[in-house]
Amino acid sequence: MMSSDLSLRQELLALQDEYISTLDTDALELWPEMFVDDCLYEIIPKENFDLGLPAPVIWCDSKKMLRDRVVSLRHANIFQPAVYRHFVSGLSFQAAADGAVAMRSSYLVINTSQLGQSVVYQTGRYHDVVVRDGGRWRFRGKRAIYDTSRIQTALAVPI
Amino acid sequence: MTALDATAAHPPGTPGEPLARFPRADGSRVPYGVFTSPQIYEREQERIFRGPVWSFLGLEAEIRQPGDFKSTFIGDTPVVMTRTEEGGLAAWVNRCAHRGAMVCRQLRGNAASHACVYHQWRYDLEGNLFGVPFLRGLGGQAGMPADFDRAANGLRKLRVGAYAGLVFATFSDQAPSLADYIGPVMGGYIDRIFHKPIEYLGCTRQYSNSNWKLYLENVKDPYHASLLHLFHTTFNIFRVGMKAHCVTDGQHGLHSIIMAIKADQAETSGAYEAQQIRSFDSGFVLEDDSILALIPEYEVLATNHIQPIFPQLVIQQIHNTLVARQLLPKGPDHFELVFHFFGYQDDTAELRKLRIKQANLVGPAGYISMEDTEATELVQQGVVRDAAASSVIDMALGAPDQSDTLITENLIRSFWVGYQALMAFDDVL
Repeated sequence: MMSSDLSLRQELLALQDEYISTLDTDALELWPEMFVDDCLYEIIPKENFDLGLPAPVIWCDSKKMLRDRVVSLRHANIFQPAVYRHFVSGLSFQAAADGAVAMRSSYLVINTSQLGQSVVYQTGRYHDVVVRDGGRWRFRGKRAIYDTSRIQTALAVPI
Repeated sequence: MTALDATAAHPPGTPGEPLARFPRADGSRVPYGVFTSPQIYEREQERIFRGPVWSFLGLEAEIRQPGDFKSTFIGDTPVVMTRTEEGGLAAWVNRCAHRGAMVCRQLRGNAASHACVYHQWRYDLEGNLFGVPFLRGLGGQAGMPADFDRAANGLRKLRVGAYAGLVFATFSDQAPSLADYIGPVMGGYIDRIFHKPIEYLGCTRQYSNSNWKLYLENVKDPYHASLLHLFHTTFNIFRVGMKAHCVTDGQHGLHSIIMAIKADQAETSGAYEAQQIRSFDSGFVLEDDSILALIPEYEVLATNHIQPIFPQLVIQQIHNTLVARQLLPKGPDHFELVFHFFGYQDDTAELRKLRIKQANLVGPAGYISMEDTEATELVQQGVVRDAAASSVIDMALGAPDQSDTLITENLIRSFWVGYQALMAFDDVL
């Protein structure tokens, strides 16, 4: 691996760490800022992805929609407080000519209930496209393609 | 007799006693035991899911080609629906006639025949047995008895039918025709949605730690909509001129529909306008309100069309997102929902994109639905030790014919009356 690849890899790993830290520490207001304005964020079951079918559980095509979701979660929606712990592994990436980088990784989300039970809430793959924007890496696309097709009770907080 | 003896003497479900006692016949008092009792769950499997009802299996659009199949359930019995070689529909219990193993092990796919992996008994698409390895033995050793009849040892076939592209099946020879079971009133509302060819867009699945009937209550309950789901009020989305329409099938009372109708269609006739959105003093505002667009597609312009066809189907149109929800019981205290999203084959790209965007409103992460399973689970947790206590379902009790309001529990009461008739709790075990 060339040293430039190694340095890019470090930057992408740092971006991933920042992303999951934002969600796992309930800093939801910072979450949309990790995306470009004209982004695509999606959570879709692998079952549909594999068949080329579009039905998602969350589908947002702008940073505005991401901010709306956060405001709704904070002020409108009623749900059991989720305590997520994300674990991300197996990063692979491919730089494109336009400076964007496509990256993929596996994720695991453990959710802990108020009663203190920790369960595997979701496993899946991230398919991301990141670009340099405003002096930092941001997500132009982030698809969480989940294996755990049965969503337990509800999915309020993003993955 | 002490007070302790008196309460313990004849609890529902003991021999000689009915499994449940409904204090009133009008469905306004429901004993909580119907949500927790394993015996009642067992009786439901026999009297409802194997009884004279039609259960929703899926969309014809999911199995277009001969040999296409999908694994699903009627109640908790595994069944498979298939497209036959002639283009018809078939459904059978997914249990090998030989030793009981599940024959079909995939969620969906295409196959010319189905073989059980255990001993390779092979069935055609309609469930007829045609292949038994070593039927005549091997090398002079005995095989199956000479009188073994393959025709008598097929998979358990179900009556199957389709209404407007929705596939149903029943175990029962006593069930009326599918069209009669749905009835003319509910059929009219189904036709509203399924008036032209649809395209299947995929499914999402949600699992709840609560009884399946709590979800049916929820989709027959317009009263909760603006109280539990605070999305519209939080964002000051003021819904002007909405008319309500809540009716049952007018037969057994098990099916129903809730519609929220735009009273003044002219307001939104300029397609792709969001609903009237007004900001009041200190409220929040959606930055991207395209999620609430409503492109007129039907004669009656409704923001919500929620139509349960008992027991396994809820047809949903919310704005421009279209879903056939399948409700599957998974024991007394669990159920699964499978949201089958669809559009129309002639959708414009713009309309198709809006349907996908508005998936954000519904399902497990839906802005106006994520609270529903939270609520049904709260009931399940609340009633755990109070089987004989009852709910109080009195809203609009004095106005059974009032169908133009959302502040009513008429549909829920009607459901429980129909449920009691099917379950025949007075026939003690």
